[in-house]
Amino acid sequence: MNASVENRNEAQMIASILAGNTHEFHRLIQPYERSVYSMALSMLQNEADAEDAAQEAFLKAFRNLDKFRGEAKFSTWLISITLNEARSRLRHKKTAKTESLDELTEGGHVSPALLRDWREIPSEALERQEVRLLLQDAITDLPTIYREVFVLRDMEDLSVNQSAEALGITVAATKVRLHRARLMLQKRLAPELKRVMPKRRWFPWF
Amino acid sequence: MVLECKHVWEHISGYLDGNLDAAVLEEVQKHLEHCEICSAILDSTRNILILTADERVFELPLGFSERLHARLETEMRGFTYGPSGSEEGDT
Repeated sequence: MNASVENRNEAQMIASILAGNTHEFHRLIQPYERSVYSMALSMLQNEADAEDAAQEAFLKAFRNLDKFRGEAKFSTWLISITLNEARSRLRHKKTAKTESLDELTEGGHVSPALLRDWREIPSEALERQEVRLLLQDAITDLPTIYREVFVLRDMEDLSVNQSAEALGITVAATKVRLHRARLMLQKRLAPELKRVMPKRRWFPWF
Repeated sequence: MVLECKHVWEHISGYLDGNLDAAVLEEVQKHLEHCEICSAILDSTRNILILTADERVFELPLGFSERLHARLETEMRGFTYGPSGSEEGDT
C-alpha cells in the first residue's frame, strides 16, 4: 500500500465510524476498492460475480466493523473477508477446479520454461488488451490454492506473513505455494509473452 | 558444492524475495553468473511479477465505485453498532 494510505490513522477512523459517524466508512475503504475487486475477480473469473462479491465483502466489513480488533491491519482483515466471500461462492458454483483437485497438485514440482532469449517486457505492453488478457487468464487459471497466495502477495503486495494470516496457513506453506505459483506463471507466460511481443530491433539476434 | 539448474529453480522465489540464507544465496549467484538459462528464467519470472503487479491487469469496471457506495449508503441508513450485537447480523 502506498504512503498516503500508511499515513492515515485508520484506527481513529474506525473508532469514529463505530461511534456513529458511519459515513466515514466510505473514506476508509476507498484505497482498497481495487484490491478487493481484483481479489474477487481473480477468484471468480467473472466480472459480474466479482463486483457482487466485492460489494458483499465491503458490506460485511461494515456490519462487522465492531468485531475488528485491530490485531491485523484493516486491509488484511478486509482482504480475508473478501477471500472468504469468494471461496464460499466458488463452493456454491462447484466449478471444475475443486479444492480437492487443487490439493492433489500441491506435492508436484514445477519446471520453468527454458527460454534463453528472454528480454525485458516493457510495462507499456500492458496498454495492449491482448497482453492484459494473457495475464488475467494465466492468473485465473492457477489452481485456487496457488491463485490465492499469488494475488495476496504479488498483486496486493501483502507480506508473506500477512498473506499467511489472511489464508489461515503457515508461513512455510505460504512460501511453498507462492514459489510454485510464480513458476507456473513463468512456465505459461514466458512463451506466450515472447510470442505476442513485437521483436525489438535493438537485439540483433532475434 | 556446485548447484545444478533444477536446484537453482527451487530458490527462484526466495531469491526474488531476498530471503535466501547467505550460503545458498552465494551458490545461486555463482550459478547465475555462468548459466544463461537460469538467468533467463530468473529475469522472466521477475518481469512477469512486475507485469502482474501492475494495477492495469484487473481494471475496475466503469461505475464500480458509484454502485458500491450507493449500496453502502442504503446499508448505512438507520444502522447502528449496538453493544448487544442486535443489528442485522450476517452469517
